[in-house]
Amino acid sequence: MKKLIAAAGLAAATMLSSGSAALAQGKTITLCWAAWDPANALVELSKDFTAKTGINMKFEFVPWPNFADRMLNELNSKGRLCDLMIGDSQWIGGSAENKHYVKLNDFFAKEGIKIGDFLPTTVDAYSTWPKGTNNYYALPAMGDAMGWTYRKDWFARPALQAEFRQKHGRDLAPPKTWTELKQVAEFFQGREIDGKKVFGAAIPTERGSEGITMGATAALYPFGFRYENPQRPYQMQGFVNSADAIEGLEFYKSLFKCCTPPGYTNGYMQEGLDAFKSGQVALQMNWFAFFPGLFKDPNVGGDKIGFFVNPSQKTEGSTLGGQGISVISYSQNQAEALSYIKWFADAEVQKKWWALGGYSCHRAVLGDPNFAKTAPFAADFLKAMGNVRDFWQEPSYAQLLQAMQRRLHDYVIADKGTAKEALDGLVQDWTKVFKEDGKN
Amino acid sequence: MNARSDSEGPARNVANMTPDRVARTVRGLSDKAIAWLFIGPTMLLLLAINLFPLIWTIQLSFTNYRANRPNAPILNIGLDHYRAILTDPDIWLRMQATAHFVFWTIALQTIIGFALAYLVDRKFRGHGFWTTLILVPMMLSPAVVGNFWTFLYQPQIGLFNYIVGFFANVPPGSFKMLGDVTLSPWAIIIVDTWMWTPYVMLICLAGLRSIPDYIYEAAEVDRASNWRQFISITLPMCMPFIMLAVLFRGIENFKMFDMVNLLTSGGPGSTTELASITLKRAAFEAWRTGYSSAFAIILFVAVFGLANIYVKTLNKVKAR
Repeated sequence: MKKLIAAAGLAAATMLSSGSAALAQGKTITLCWAAWDPANALVELSKDFTAKTGINMKFEFVPWPNFADRMLNELNSKGRLCDLMIGDSQWIGGSAENKHYVKLNDFFAKEGIKIGDFLPTTVDAYSTWPKGTNNYYALPAMGDAMGWTYRKDWFARPALQAEFRQKHGRDLAPPKTWTELKQVAEFFQGREIDGKKVFGAAIPTERGSEGITMGATAALYPFGFRYENPQRPYQMQGFVNSADAIEGLEFYKSLFKCCTPPGYTNGYMQEGLDAFKSGQVALQMNWFAFFPGLFKDPNVGGDKIGFFVNPSQKTEGSTLGGQGISVISYSQNQAEALSYIKWFADAEVQKKWWALGGYSCHRAVLGDPNFAKTAPFAADFLKAMGNVRDFWQEPSYAQLLQAMQRRLHDYVIADKGTAKEALDGLVQDWTKVFKEDGKN
Repeated sequence: MNARSDSEGPARNVANMTPDRVARTVRGLSDKAIAWLFIGPTMLLLLAINLFPLIWTIQLSFTNYRANRPNAPILNIGLDHYRAILTDPDIWLRMQATAHFVFWTIALQTIIGFALAYLVDRKFRGHGFWTTLILVPMMLSPAVVGNFWTFLYQPQIGLFNYIVGFFANVPPGSFKMLGDVTLSPWAIIIVDTWMWTPYVMLICLAGLRSIPDYIYEAAEVDRASNWRQFISITLPMCMPFIMLAVLFRGIENFKMFDMVNLLTSGGPGSTTELASITLKRAAFEAWRTGYSSAFAIILFVAVFGLANIYVKTLNKVKAR
């Protein structure tokens, strides 16, 4: 009788387990991200997940200018559209505090996922909240930073090399400092190349979302801009508007004035790509995420394109991009979403992710001695990720970003006031926001 | 007789089929009650989708509520948001930018729209074709218009810059319609005027066609000149229509968002940041729900108040 009961129990358990497996197999989970080149690579990569688990993947990709609006609206309304979200790094504070993202610590521990397998800067930037703690709300999914592309073929022309050397006493080469970068940009501005007038640089100037902030901070960080007093959080006076920060902002404006294409007053990712691909500019500041696509471009890719890390000035610093992947707490398919995270954290999957054009943050990829040789921009990416700095990741990040967008655009593009006034005003705006949040 | 019995037949059948209890209930209702029964569902729907959100918005405007902080306590802060908005110099700059946009778009659209209507009202060869062609811009989506005017204004390849440069004898790349603080407010006015003048033209055309011919015939008998006829007959009789067009365009442009957002995103700096763009940023980017509710109420009261004054004036003009 006991044997009979045991057999029945076994049969029931088998039925149940195979039933749940069948249930998982029939399921579809939705991953939400921005619509850009790496998203296409992820679609390709995720086919392996479906093949392995039987869980189908659906993707909801929103163009960058609308990505934050659309997805934060989704999260705030506790929508169930997304099971997985590759959300921007700045969202982590709000999404953790408002419980939009599932806390992953227990899951990592249970599944043996070692967060230490990922680059510490990326873990800090994409996964943790509050900063400096071990509370993980995301797995680093896509490392990214602001970098530069240049027209290698133009730089290689003997006549241009000679002229530049005569003028500046050095080779026409990827700049190491912002001062050098401006010299190069000035050199190309208005020059005729192959019968076409070209310009110095395409740099972010966009007003509507985050463009000018991401671009200007790429100059501000190397000049010495800091968000707050390291000894006293949220104390910004003398850091945000330090003499170095003012100098950095003035420099960015001078670069915009001297060396951008005419009318380049509202340009960001796509406009930068268009300007570079159409052969309008010698230099372009954009996210590393676009570099694999640019390298493959039939007109300006291959031998014609070169890459370099954000130049230093008084110090080194690159603007952080990139995102972590999180499980949405309102999802009804959390188990399947978590299984995707588990699969994605695997070193072999991460290697394939990099091979397909995604920027892995896994040490197995980045720590490979041959990594720097895997792509012409790999070494620069590695270097950039070593000195990245991110915008505020506070729950009020959007308000803080709006204030910076307005202050910078007013000063750089609309010629309103001075750099000091812009940054003093920014300190006032930010202080007000933090005061409302009870944080200073 | 036959017809009457035919129509009464089905009605009587339906009446006979009505259950006694229902019939007794309905029989007891007054005409007014039956009327309410019919319009009740519609009224309820309108209350649900119009009045309820309005009341809720008013209520939220007195709180510190943020839609992205569901766990934060909601505190009543009285008139703080209203005080903050009305004393914020930046908000007044946005209101000035909005007033500039509304005033000039209405002025240009009314003048050009009426002139076009006056021309189109005359029968000429290809009249239908030209009328249709003029109407095309207003049939386009503001998103499409915003995008293609961005190209037209492009300093290097834009057709607009090329044409202006050609006639003004200046290089096309020497001016930036969307990137210049002085030019960008006019850039958005030009696009809105291009898009919506046909709408004003249509309304004015309806006004012109409503003037009976005999009035002009009587004026001609009195040897009134064309100019006199225009001043004394055409313009006054068209005035209610023109004013109606001004009202519609005024309300629409006061809340203009999509086209300007696509063209300039409010830039350069905040030069073309109209009130609705500020409102959208506060509500759906910064998630300051209470604050943006107060701002929405202020804008609503402003538009509603101005529109009411205007409608009263319009009624007086019509009465004349």
